[in-house]
Amino acid sequence: MSIIVRDVSKKFGDFAALDDVSVEIPTGSLTALLGPSGGGKSTLLRVIAGLESPDAGEVEIEGRDATGMPAQDRGVGFVFQHYAAFKHLSVARNVAFGLEIRKRPKAEIKAKVAELLELVHLEQFAHRYPAQLSGGQRQRMALARALAVEPAVLLLDEPFGALDAQVRKELRAWLRRLHDQVHVTTVFVTHDQEEAMEVADSIVVMAGGQVRQVGTPDELYDEPADDFVMSFLGPVTRLHGELVRPHDIELFTEPHTETSAATVVRVTRLGFEVRVDLERDGEELWAQVTRGTCEQLGIVEGRTLFVRRSAPARPVLATASGSAVAG
Amino acid sequence: MASATAYAGTRRGFPVRWVLRLLVLAYLSLLLVVPVGYVLFRTFQHGLTPVLDSLTTASTVHAFQITGVVAFYAVIANTVFGVAAALLLVRHSFRGKRVLNALIDLPIAVSPVVVGLALVLVYGRLTGVGKALAHLGISIIFSIPGMVMATIFVCIPLVVRAVAPVLEEIGDDQEQAAATLGAGPLQTFLRITLPSIRGALAYGVVLALARSLGEYGAVSVVSGRLVGRTQTVTLLVQERYQNFDQQTAYACAVLLVLVAVIALLISRVLRPKELR
Repeated sequence: MSIIVRDVSKKFGDFAALDDVSVEIPTGSLTALLGPSGGGKSTLLRVIAGLESPDAGEVEIEGRDATGMPAQDRGVGFVFQHYAAFKHLSVARNVAFGLEIRKRPKAEIKAKVAELLELVHLEQFAHRYPAQLSGGQRQRMALARALAVEPAVLLLDEPFGALDAQVRKELRAWLRRLHDQVHVTTVFVTHDQEEAMEVADSIVVMAGGQVRQVGTPDELYDEPADDFVMSFLGPVTRLHGELVRPHDIELFTEPHTETSAATVVRVTRLGFEVRVDLERDGEELWAQVTRGTCEQLGIVEGRTLFVRRSAPARPVLATASGSAVAG
Repeated sequence: MASATAYAGTRRGFPVRWVLRLLVLAYLSLLLVVPVGYVLFRTFQHGLTPVLDSLTTASTVHAFQITGVVAFYAVIANTVFGVAAALLLVRHSFRGKRVLNALIDLPIAVSPVVVGLALVLVYGRLTGVGKALAHLGISIIFSIPGMVMATIFVCIPLVVRAVAPVLEEIGDDQEQAAATLGAGPLQTFLRITLPSIRGALAYGVVLALARSLGEYGAVSVVSGRLVGRTQTVTLLVQERYQNFDQQTAYACAVLLVLVAVIALLISRVLRPKELR
């Protein structure tokens, strides 16, 4: 285990940001701390980095007790949401910072900086200043700066939170590839379930200062520990009062076993997917179907359809009747 | 923006703008431009030679030296204290922070003469503290240390108030990043914090310098105005004027104004964007 957090609690005034949290992060993994804002994930990351000291509990990094250790001695790389670029230093000097502090020989620093700038595709920006870079470039610089000191663990606090959607998507894929190249134990904080599922090997779901579930993206999606995890990891709707994924709702034009009648309230086309809002006995629910299904069943507002929850086996495909398809 | 709107705006504001301009100009003229201009006129009324003569007498040169020494120590002390206090106020939370914040602004509210009297009350030769210090061979009142203390006091807010908002604005992200990269507190301060605040710091230092050079009230009480010993330039100007040596008084005054203007010009260049 690269990082072990044992029974850590942290309060800010009356607010319990972390309430008896224990987590283990395996060496070489890429882990996401996922949860709603105020759930304690950033605080946990900052406790691991030594930027916040816990009220109780222990932190171990690479087998060493780091609980009382100041941030500068922990050997962690930290990437901040708003980059924390050193504005008065050039890109190259930013990346060199940790090495200069460690008084490495000039030639070694130069070589290392060149290597890292190439890794983050900023070779031609070495002499620019952070103000002359875009958000995505600044964050890549910050990542190179954190990696320069060859940290035992790399911690990223909402690293893509301040970037626009397109750049976010690119950087996610790029972080994944980078991790495959560098293999440093990496923990990143996000409130975006899609980001966590796409990038991470393992996800720690946090809410209310507690760990709700730990697992691979598939485990969390398919076997959520509770309704909170289920609703946080993907879209949900209710059928007979039970939480269901909208793509697990089957629609029929004729009654079948266990189906019940529902009226189509609204049909929203979102490219390939179609969202069908229904009303069943005063209960509002929605189903996610493909465009093909929607046309095949002739779904229009006001029409009565028959709904049921698809068989738990996955993936769900068409069942008995020819007219039945679910996402 | 549509040019029509801009035009309409200009039209509507036309008379108001001119009245305001006239008022401000008249106000500044009566209070500043005319008096300072008149001092300039009187100084150079008889050419440059008498000015240079009066500026090179032994007592004038000595007064400039005293002012320089007092301002130097006061500025050094306030620079160190100002940066430390700004860091304390912005980066730390502690009991009594509001009190400290209010105390720093006190010198603006308290008359410098009161400050001088207060220092005399505590450190004067007839008080306990003054006697104890006199035994150690240190005299505060009627000598340079007291004048430095009085000057420090009146300049206290200048560096703090220039630096604190910039510290606030840059936040502590960069300092935390430096810490995670292995920098200790001193390295972080020297490599990250200080370069980030240098513009604001220089601005505060220049303001403090200008204020130190021009201080009169507090220094007047504390120094005892001993001609040739504790007489600063401002005290000299007053003394010469009262003794009908107006030529020296005006010449020194003009030089003080010149130094102040240069300091202000420098401060304008150094002034951080956030405060401009």
